Amino acid sequence: MFWHQEIESLDRTTLETLQLQRLRETVGKLEKVPFYCGKFLENGITPQEIKSMADIRRLPFTTAADLRNNYPDSLLAVPREQVLRLHTSSGTTGKPKALFFSRRDLDSAAELIARAFCMTGVTRRDVFQNMMSYGLFTGGLMMHYGAEKVGCMVIPSGPGTSERQLMLMQDFGTTVVHITPSYAFYFADFLEKKGVNPRKELALRKAFVGAEPYTEETRRKIEAALGIDVYNSYGLTEMNGPGVAFECEGKCGMHLWEDNFILEIINPATGQPVSEGETGELVLTSINREAMPLLRYRTRDLTSIIPGPCACGRTHRRIHRITGRSDDMFIVRGVNIFPQQIERVLMSIPQIGRNYLIQLDGIDDLTVKVELAPSAFDGEVGHLTDLQNLVAEKLRAEIWVRPKVDLLASGSLPVTEGKAKRVIDKRSL
Amino acid sequence: MNTVKLVAVFAENRPGQAARITDILARANINIRCITVATSGDYGVVKLLVNDPDLACRALNQSGIAATLIDVIAVEMADKPGALHSVAQCLATQDINLANTFGFVVNNRAILVLEVQDSTLAGEVLKKQGLRVLTQQEMLSI
Repeated sequence: MFWHQEIESLDRTTLETLQLQRLRETVGKLEKVPFYCGKFLENGITPQEIKSMADIRRLPFTTAADLRNNYPDSLLAVPREQVLRLHTSSGTTGKPKALFFSRRDLDSAAELIARAFCMTGVTRRDVFQNMMSYGLFTGGLMMHYGAEKVGCMVIPSGPGTSERQLMLMQDFGTTVVHITPSYAFYFADFLEKKGVNPRKELALRKAFVGAEPYTEETRRKIEAALGIDVYNSYGLTEMNGPGVAFECEGKCGMHLWEDNFILEIINPATGQPVSEGETGELVLTSINREAMPLLRYRTRDLTSIIPGPCACGRTHRRIHRITGRSDDMFIVRGVNIFPQQIERVLMSIPQIGRNYLIQLDGIDDLTVKVELAPSAFDGEVGHLTDLQNLVAEKLRAEIWVRPKVDLLASGSLPVTEGKAKRVIDKRSL
Repeated sequence: MNTVKLVAVFAENRPGQAARITDILARANINIRCITVATSGDYGVVKLLVNDPDLACRALNQSGIAATLIDVIAVEMADKPGALHSVAQCLATQDINLANTFGFVVNNRAILVLEVQDSTLAGEVLKKQGLRVLTQQEMLSI
């Protein structure tokens, strides 16, 4: 089912013409933004100079560092009075990345979610339980308004408190959920322990699963455990949040909405486009945003374009599920974390040494191994426990996830020559 | 005030740690007279009465093991029923709390080794009771 059939199955020529037109308009809007204006002047770029899609390569990349450096609002392309909403993104040390949205931007974002709902067979008769964090995370509100656009009854449950989630599902007949893969596993486990058979006792039919990468195998496991269809959802705060790319009923790759984003796959080391079908870093240009458009944003997510048409008839190309990152970032329970954030916190605690190790296992267990500085030892076992808790709490305040902290003897952790491997990821997501 | 120094050592709660610590002490020619091990989850603290606590500490620290000196009070009492109670009662009336503590009888001598917040106060209280508070040397020659 289509939300907007004409746009979703627009022939490629017309779609590309539309992209070019919107790209020119976006460059025009960004002439007002000092950061971009400077780069345009350096390279002789004006909207008129963008004559074909290939000319996009004359435009500068935008990185997470650029967003941090322009915090709080130097990348804004409209007056503040026109901004309706602020969202921020986790995964940076110090200040977060700030994204601004106008009324039109929020409508366009909701539109893309509506398309996603429709193409997976969701209608206004469905009951949608949004089990993602609300607040500054886009996974909450963006998905919420998209669902309302479709006309679903929306239950803004947020994550956690599985007892209450279950009660809502039982009492209100939830049919569709938005959830992280790690929480989906926990919830399935929770139902099993409670002796609740989701197939017989719940009305659940579909789950939109995202916010962290997961394998095809994990999708099948969740589907088997809950008796539902799982659809992969890709997005990032810098590009509205969820709804950038979504699976159709074919579940064979995620359609990326090319009337809203120009998609490029590049070699992260050289910045050059990769050949057809090759894996590389996804770069996105927002061409339907007015408050804070971004050009050639380096997502750091690795993927590839799936060639050929899709049986559903949509002409917006599909990308593979994300296979990795071109930087050190990892995601735990939907939260972006850089090892550097953890390192910064550890270095500020004198009672622990410089060496550390981050271990990820199970579904979403995060353990940070640190060494006790000999000078910090006073013979009291209780004080060691206090130190463990202090480290865990300081880390939680920085990365929004509370890790398990292992306190080891000085010299226990491996010391490597050259670049240390700080993260060991043994998860089975 | 007569306090006795013990060496407190940090160790992870897994096999091989005691072997590692005792290896270092043996090489430094340290003689261990008493040992206690207290564990809590993933780690523990080993406390030792040794013939040369400063040397022991240095040797351990040099090998990268976290070790420090702590003060304890060693008090001697009669080797008969009621003697320990008398000591415990005495400390209780003065509101003195026993933290880490151990006791033993050797050569018919009953010794209680206790960690308290204020060693000086505890020592005075015990002496007033007519009890003998041992010096480091006396502890090592039991």
